[in-house]
Amino acid sequence: MNSVAFLVIAIITLSGALAAAALPKLIHAALSLVIVFVGVAAYFFLLGAEFVGLVQVFVYIGAVAVLIVFTILLTRRELTGDRGINWGGAIVALAVFGGLLWTILKTKSLAIRAPQIEPLTVKRIGEVLMTNYVWPLQCVGLVLTAALIGALILVMEEKREER
Amino acid sequence: MSGAFLDQIFLRAKEWLLSPLAGAPDWLIQIVSSLINISGVLGVFLTLFAAISVLERKILGRMQNRYGPNRVGPFGLFQPVADGIKMLIKEDVVPARADKVVHFLAPILVAATAILALGVIPYGRNMTPFTIDGGILFFFAVGSTTELAVFMAGWGSNNKFSMLGAMRAIAQMVSYELPLILTTLPVVMIVGALSPDAIVAAQGGYSFGVLPHWFVTTPWGAAAFILFFISGLVESNRTPFDVPEGESEIVAGHMTEYSGFKYATFFMAEYFGMFAISGLAVTLFLGGWHSPIAALNFIPSYFWFFLKLSALLFVYIWVRGTLPRTRVDQIMNFAWKFMLPMAFTLIVAAAVWHYQGRGLAGWLWSLAVIAIVYFALSRLLDTRKKFAPRTYRFAE
Amino acid sequence: MTPTLQLFLIVSAALFSIGLLAALSRRHAIFILIGIELMLAAANLNFVAFWRFGPQPQPPTGVLVAIFSIAIAAAEAAVGLALVIAIYRHYRTTNVDKLDSLKG
Repeated sequence: MNSVAFLVIAIITLSGALAAAALPKLIHAALSLVIVFVGVAAYFFLLGAEFVGLVQVFVYIGAVAVLIVFTILLTRRELTGDRGINWGGAIVALAVFGGLLWTILKTKSLAIRAPQIEPLTVKRIGEVLMTNYVWPLQCVGLVLTAALIGALILVMEEKREER
Repeated sequence: MSGAFLDQIFLRAKEWLLSPLAGAPDWLIQIVSSLINISGVLGVFLTLFAAISVLERKILGRMQNRYGPNRVGPFGLFQPVADGIKMLIKEDVVPARADKVVHFLAPILVAATAILALGVIPYGRNMTPFTIDGGILFFFAVGSTTELAVFMAGWGSNNKFSMLGAMRAIAQMVSYELPLILTTLPVVMIVGALSPDAIVAAQGGYSFGVLPHWFVTTPWGAAAFILFFISGLVESNRTPFDVPEGESEIVAGHMTEYSGFKYATFFMAEYFGMFAISGLAVTLFLGGWHSPIAALNFIPSYFWFFLKLSALLFVYIWVRGTLPRTRVDQIMNFAWKFMLPMAFTLIVAAAVWHYQGRGLAGWLWSLAVIAIVYFALSRLLDTRKKFAPRTYRFAE
Repeated sequence: MTPTLQLFLIVSAALFSIGLLAALSRRHAIFILIGIELMLAAANLNFVAFWRFGPQPQPPTGVLVAIFSIAIAAAEAAVGLALVIAIYRHYRTTNVDKLDSLKG
């Protein structure tokens, strides 16, 4: 884990996040969000959790980002009508960041370096997933199915009314 | 010159190139080694791209009873050079109302993802450019990024044909990604690993010295290979499923507003995507770099890989020369009503094969499972409408 | 010189705050969703960082929680965007400030 990589990824991720939050055009914000996802995935790789990084790229860029741009396409009428930034929100966000920063810097036990670990293989994740975490896995499957059906129904019902 | 030496000749060459760096720090050696791998992959596949672009036209010409390109060089073999020069000196047109940044970034992203996907495929014994534990997942993760690039091309051009083409492309890519991934699941399940090297290693060995243990020789493997190949056709927007760029309907789809080198980049990315999907099909089902019979093991492993790859690419061209374009709704119905249930069935069939001892009994049982579901599905999906006899109002 | 846990936490805190900024200060519904996605990504980064810097060897709990959270985030995005589309069809707007009537 080296500092240069850490710094480069931090700059890319945070500037992408700022762009996603502040760009006036929705589509540019959505594409900047993709940069953030790639940056976070790179952090996962840096931290030795390759599998999570790959899942992150797969799910977020392959599914969530595509969903977002599709929604932008379908609700295309007002793409730029959102110029002004609500300063109340900015103040709250800054306050939260200040509080978090103060807590992190105050806690001395967090200034530690990473211990040596053996690489986390896909096999190991699979074994843990199928033994200790079977129930969470099933619940996630249930939630995903429910979300799929729910999203379908939400989008379909209104269509019937329109006719 | 022993067979083993020829087999590993590229690794030896790489070691020789790296030998002057013997005392250098670790990260430098790693970077140089990666650069050598990257240039190797790019060199091989750019050559293959040039070759296939002329061969495709030659073969299509042969199938359609005409000559194909035969003016530039012997048998028209220098046609790619002429095409490349033409593409490079063309004007690069950017529409006035285009979203300039997005328009510029789309071809770069499309090419980058296609090249990245080529990195995890084992081309021969010990010849995987980028070894990673979750290689298959990496392939699909990178492959799914293509959808975003296509969207960027369609949106950035600010043109209705581009947008329509991009919508069609994304819709069919999303739909066929499911069967594509689900058909790799049985293989991953049986092997118990996500790394392409482990999958190829699991397909080594021969029964009676002639029957290879490739997954395509099992019923579920053969069916999965066919489904995977069809999904691959869709993912690379090849002919029976080329509605996203159907030139008689929407000019050139998401590539309409691109010209010159950017268009060439899209074209290249499309072919690279085709190579990547075919390479993965070879890895997953056709035994990777293993030779078909034990007696031919002395021939270098990469030769077998590229032979199988060329065979698959020929089928791609053959299909293009044979089949007409399908309709959008047909493509979608086929994906959700046939491909998806079949892909789920194959997972069950593979499990049956495994628990029946991977022998002849398992072979027959898994064939039975697939056959039952296949016939049930084809009975259920039989929508051949009974048309009333046609009446002519004015022509009689 | 390797980065400490603190640095990772600071980056993820910054990411979280930017997400909060997007969710609180923009009026377009999709911007709010983007903000929520940013905050979720920050949380995932924390989970994996704490796993990596925690006492070893240990079961990869942080990694698994991150995987589950990514799956949940996908479900959340699907439902959220479906809601946005449904609202847009009904009101012809996605500006959350204008969606103030209780009776559809």
